[in-house]
Amino acid sequence: MLHDYIISLGDNALILGQRLGEWCGHGPALETDMAMTNISLDLFGMTRSYFQYAAEVEGKGRTEDDIAFLRNEREYKNVQLVEQPNGNFADTIARQFFFDAWHYLFLQELAKSSDAQLAAIAAKSIKEVKYHLRFSSQWVLRLGDGTEISHEKMQNAVNDLWMFTEELVTSTDLEKEMADKGIGVDVSQLKTAYYEKLESILREATLEIPQKQWMQQGGKSGIHTEYLGHLLAEMQYLQRVHPGATW
Amino acid sequence: MKNWPLWEVFIRSKNGLSHKHVGSLHATDSEMAMENARDVYTRRMEGVSIWVVESKHITASNPEESGELFEPAQDKVYRHPTFYNLPNELKHI
Repeated sequence: MLHDYIISLGDNALILGQRLGEWCGHGPALETDMAMTNISLDLFGMTRSYFQYAAEVEGKGRTEDDIAFLRNEREYKNVQLVEQPNGNFADTIARQFFFDAWHYLFLQELAKSSDAQLAAIAAKSIKEVKYHLRFSSQWVLRLGDGTEISHEKMQNAVNDLWMFTEELVTSTDLEKEMADKGIGVDVSQLKTAYYEKLESILREATLEIPQKQWMQQGGKSGIHTEYLGHLLAEMQYLQRVHPGATW
Repeated sequence: MKNWPLWEVFIRSKNGLSHKHVGSLHATDSEMAMENARDVYTRRMEGVSIWVVESKHITASNPEESGELFEPAQDKVYRHPTFYNLPNELKHI
């Protein structure tokens, strides 16, 4: 139960880290290429912390690598937002901003966990995430309140990804159970603050806030969009073709 | 990217007293320049303080003028404070 919860926290960081890693060498400029891959590395650091702890708690001899690379699609519990493809720079920034705004609020609460290890991971990660949020917010502002083309692309990105936001602030039974025990976070409590943050930045960026619409759910139950399978095929290739490989 | 101005980056290391020039980057404004400098030039704990200056604001001496600018100082030993004997009691000059 606890290890399932910890793994689900790591999955968001893992999948988003993997997506950002795809930008390596393909960024629009050297500076942004490095910024995005830096964020990717930060996320992988968090993933490792979560998975190492989960493996320990589970006590079945699995390693962090087993957990990261040897599960099937429906065993990953990341939110659907993070598996969405990189698209153009605006798409990536919108996805990043929607995630970072939530991630910062989430870690502030997780730092209060009665589980010392989770609280420690949160305390360390929050400094990194504060910077991620700064980076993605600043780009939303510059693209939104930029040229006609950047504004259009940013608006399209916001419109396309809006339906994935609510999953971040919808608590599953597992999350509610963990929150009741003082270990985890009831993310539904973050909903108001989350949307306030999103809307204030979007407004400042002269972007339209999407209308109330049907929200996509399912990632936390292992139901994913068509993109995750392809992402995992790439990510797991080496481990599947050369099981037990080391170097 | 074509019309992003160039910025020069100066970093002071943890044990340093002055900012040293480490390189340059492109950015649209000073805040972005600061963040890009942090991402590109402080990844390996190179420093704890960043200055970014738009390159156009730096005036550099012209190498062709080194003659008149710097050679005259070479043989004026009297400008160096080396002939004064410091009393032993003075420890922190």
